[in-house]
Amino acid sequence: MYDFVFKSFKDMTPADYERVGFKGGLEVHQQLDTKKKLFCHCPVPKMPYKDEYHSEILRHMRPTLSELGEYDGTALMEFKTRKEIIYRINRDNICTYEMDDTPPFEINEEALDSALEIGLAMNAKVVDELHIARKQYLDGSIPNGFQRTAIFCINGWIPYKDRKIDIVQMSIEEDSCREVSDIGHTRTYLADRLGTPLVETVTAPQMRTPFEIAEVNNIIRKVCRSTGKVRVGIGAARQDVNVSVYGGTRIEIKGVHKINNIPILTYNEAMRQWNLLRLREELHRRGITAETFYAEHYNITKILKRTSFYPISRAIQEGWEVRCVKLPHWKGLLEWKTQTYTIFAKEISDRVRVIACLTTLPNIIHSDSIYNTISREEIDKVKKHIGATNDDSFIIVWGDRNDIDTATNEIMIRAREATIGIPSETRQALRDGTTGFERILPGPDRMYPDTDLPPKKITDERIERIRLNMSKVFWKNEEWYRQLGIPEDRIEPLAVSPYRQLFEFVVKEWAVDPIFASEILVNLPKKFKKQGFDTDKLNMGIFEQLFNEYRNGKILRDGFKIALQEYLKNGELKLERLPKPADQDAVREMFQKATRKLESIKLHNPEKGKELLIAFVMYGLRGSVEGRFVREFVQNYWGNGN
Amino acid sequence: MFVNLSKIIGGMVTKMDSNENYKGYRGEALSVLKNFGALVWSDVTLVTNAGEFTGIILPRNETADEHHIVLKLRSGYNIGIAAKKVVDVKVGGRKIAQYKIPEKEFPIDPKKPRVKLFGTGGTIASRLDYRTGAVIPAFSPGELYGSVPELANYCNLETEKLYGVFSENMGPEQWIGTATAIGREIEKGVQGIVIGHGTDTMHHTAAILSFMVQNPPIPIVMVGSQRSSDRPSSDAASNLIHSVKTAAEGDIAEVMVCMFGPTSDVYGLLHRGTRVRKMHSSYRSTFRTIGDIPLATVDKEKIVPLRQDYKRRRPDKNVIINTAFEEKVAIVYYYPNMKPDIIDSLVDNGYKGIVIAGTGLGHVNKPLYPSLKRAYEKGIAIYMTVQTLWGYVQMYVYDTGRDMMALGVVPAANMLPEVAYMKLCWALGQTKDLEKVKEIMLTPIAGEITEREPSNGYLVFQGGIPEVEEFLAQIKR
Repeated sequence: MYDFVFKSFKDMTPADYERVGFKGGLEVHQQLDTKKKLFCHCPVPKMPYKDEYHSEILRHMRPTLSELGEYDGTALMEFKTRKEIIYRINRDNICTYEMDDTPPFEINEEALDSALEIGLAMNAKVVDELHIARKQYLDGSIPNGFQRTAIFCINGWIPYKDRKIDIVQMSIEEDSCREVSDIGHTRTYLADRLGTPLVETVTAPQMRTPFEIAEVNNIIRKVCRSTGKVRVGIGAARQDVNVSVYGGTRIEIKGVHKINNIPILTYNEAMRQWNLLRLREELHRRGITAETFYAEHYNITKILKRTSFYPISRAIQEGWEVRCVKLPHWKGLLEWKTQTYTIFAKEISDRVRVIACLTTLPNIIHSDSIYNTISREEIDKVKKHIGATNDDSFIIVWGDRNDIDTATNEIMIRAREATIGIPSETRQALRDGTTGFERILPGPDRMYPDTDLPPKKITDERIERIRLNMSKVFWKNEEWYRQLGIPEDRIEPLAVSPYRQLFEFVVKEWAVDPIFASEILVNLPKKFKKQGFDTDKLNMGIFEQLFNEYRNGKILRDGFKIALQEYLKNGELKLERLPKPADQDAVREMFQKATRKLESIKLHNPEKGKELLIAFVMYGLRGSVEGRFVREFVQNYWGNGN
Repeated sequence: MFVNLSKIIGGMVTKMDSNENYKGYRGEALSVLKNFGALVWSDVTLVTNAGEFTGIILPRNETADEHHIVLKLRSGYNIGIAAKKVVDVKVGGRKIAQYKIPEKEFPIDPKKPRVKLFGTGGTIASRLDYRTGAVIPAFSPGELYGSVPELANYCNLETEKLYGVFSENMGPEQWIGTATAIGREIEKGVQGIVIGHGTDTMHHTAAILSFMVQNPPIPIVMVGSQRSSDRPSSDAASNLIHSVKTAAEGDIAEVMVCMFGPTSDVYGLLHRGTRVRKMHSSYRSTFRTIGDIPLATVDKEKIVPLRQDYKRRRPDKNVIINTAFEEKVAIVYYYPNMKPDIIDSLVDNGYKGIVIAGTGLGHVNKPLYPSLKRAYEKGIAIYMTVQTLWGYVQMYVYDTGRDMMALGVVPAANMLPEVAYMKLCWALGQTKDLEKVKEIMLTPIAGEITEREPSNGYLVFQGGIPEVEEFLAQIKR
């Protein structure tokens, strides 16, 4: 079954992915562009975020009993870690609601409208009544210990290639804190973006290769942006990516910021799962199953008390304990390849880091690659002490007396899990394109109704109002732009531009040249931004006014640039000060002036004369005459005169 | 007769409909469920003209409208579906929720002190019903051990549920009953008492117990929580642990309130029962000692006294339980433009005592004077407190104050209005003689009047000013 061996990233073919049963799905989180937060009246912080804060609050999270009276898997893990959570608070964006000291206010209607518009754009069905739920998080990323979230749409779809990708559900929820650091027993968060409204779009696991996931992600992102109701910038859109292979477990890679990273991450995650299944096969072949698995641990602090291996010698100086876990018949398996340049021992080291809070690396060493750590003599002593044969593996770990038990336990738990398969967990995206352990996957029981807020009816009238005011979905617009002959590099920006409705209006109603309109609405703001202008000052009204003057012949094409530049500098649109369109006589007069000027210059290359003339005239009549008209004029005269 | 019969039948039908099978459903939604043979907790697929929805039918909140059916989807989310859109319901199995707290036996260690936990109705520990969001209280020692196992580190716990009321519904019956139960337990020799209580009126109960239970030999600790225990961020478990530690090991033999200290989760505070007040509608650190400093801080490891003038724990079992109580007492919160008929109506309704929360140093407007005079002449005890909460009543400073004292209004020093109210109920329960009442009222029994306000007793920080901002930036509190 598991005889296939993963090829390098670039050599993998769609057939290879099919062979391993690759399946991918997405949960796309998109922040909404609202003035206020979702359940309180704090302003949403501006992008990019600042790391400024004014005070800090310390809290702990405690697991609650779930339905069956058992502590939930994640809950238990978070409790084991005994973390102190520090919140850094910026008073401009955080009130007592976010800090869990004031009950919620009613849901932000502006956010709900925006969310519904995105839902309709994805062809989804709106629920009749919104029920707000609490989704538990024990990592501290939300001071409540839960996130308020509600499904507003289900059963949608988006077009992809020749098929449809199903949208399973869409929820509106509050964003969490930004993690600053997680060292030892202290995890620190910046709270500014906490409570920002966002929409989570969940697709069915219908993507068959890593590249398909990225492509579908791009479509979803564009649908969101084409509504004009979402935030853009780093962190405004993030996704959790699900991956599974045949016989594997659905694993979630959390918080992927860049879509471009999705292919390599999901490739590595699929490989990891596949290789863990192959490892299980090998363990079973060696007779190690969940039932027969056994491991033992030993205190070896005394044996290593004179070691020159710095991480351990320092630990012993600190009064920490050194333990050795023996894994009988595991020889070589700690080095089993899981991902690109990554081995099984990393799975164990990750758990020790996250669960036992031993965050300084290396936090373990092991017998399958022990050289350059403790000496050969020490290795022999350890082996003798724990009674290890050449057939066995062992792992050495060090930590303070509170953490060492958790660490030892976790090592044995993770090793035993290898005999069962792929543990349910969430993984984080690492910079090198591999994934690392983040948390044990929360149980299904972590969702329950929010008793602080009543259900909210979503009326048909409301849905109709939104439907009437929303613009076309971007893929239909893109098609139309192509037909109009808009240059390819402007098509996507125009489709998600806040001015796309104005574009449609001026092209259809005022017969403005579409290519020119796209230049004004897409390229010009971009240029201004590059020049350092604050283009947030621009708005639909200003463009509309300019296009209106233009169609009435009061300003020319060049007038747009001058007027807008002036506006960005002084905050005023002064149309009366714009040069008026020049008549034939004015051009002739300027042409004569320019000719005289040209004659006073000695030209090395007389061929350039014509271009210079054009430039002189254009400069002299700046903004009051169109370039093509001057060119035509000079062309004629130049041709006739000489 | 005929009419009555139909009423009875109607009543029976209503009763059947509102039973567990259709819990909370009425009207349109109820008839849809009935038409298709679906019940609450049925696993169903609702076919509507807007698509199909699969999940479990949940009970509906009784106050919600009658047009929607609540469905718990497989993802754990709930949604409401308009009953009128439902065209078919495919009914699968049904799983009725069984709620039970896992009980583990509370370990008994003969070396550890005996602590008694009384329940009055507030939820301190609980388990969550994930489907409805309902909180199921954990109360027996076994249940408590199941959810807060740390309690066993401090004591051998015994529990007794005295009442099951929300804290705003506490009244003389419950106060008297609780005081009596405390006396009984002290006689039995427990080493500490914890009283679980809703937070809204915890300071009222703390005040009356401070008067009814005099000179107890052991700590009597009131505790509650501001964030329900279904939340990972709840203050319930830590408050409970702190109160049990205080009851088991503490040296302070007084009626106290044990609640969250600062905004950060670092320690709890022990407040004297007569000086404590709930000061924020929702903050977890809502309880504050007013006009003085708290008794001590408490965390899992230690109790650190902040002052030395507390009553020490004693090995004896001596305590005076005095449950006298006069119910006809009122607090009048004075406001400008108050009309005399407010006072008149109390007099006419047979009230025996009035506590005024006056403005500033203890004032009311002149139009009230004749009514106050009439009240006094009718033998009603009238005491003045301040609505500023901080500071003493001082009625000599202005003539208006002197005039009022001449009318028979007695200044109640720096007793908090609610505390003065409780004490007046208690004093009038003992005697009708206004001179004796006055003696009882003005003789401090449990710190309700203090001789002095320490210079750090009034510290209401003003946010926004540089030095406070600096403090907030540096100290994680």
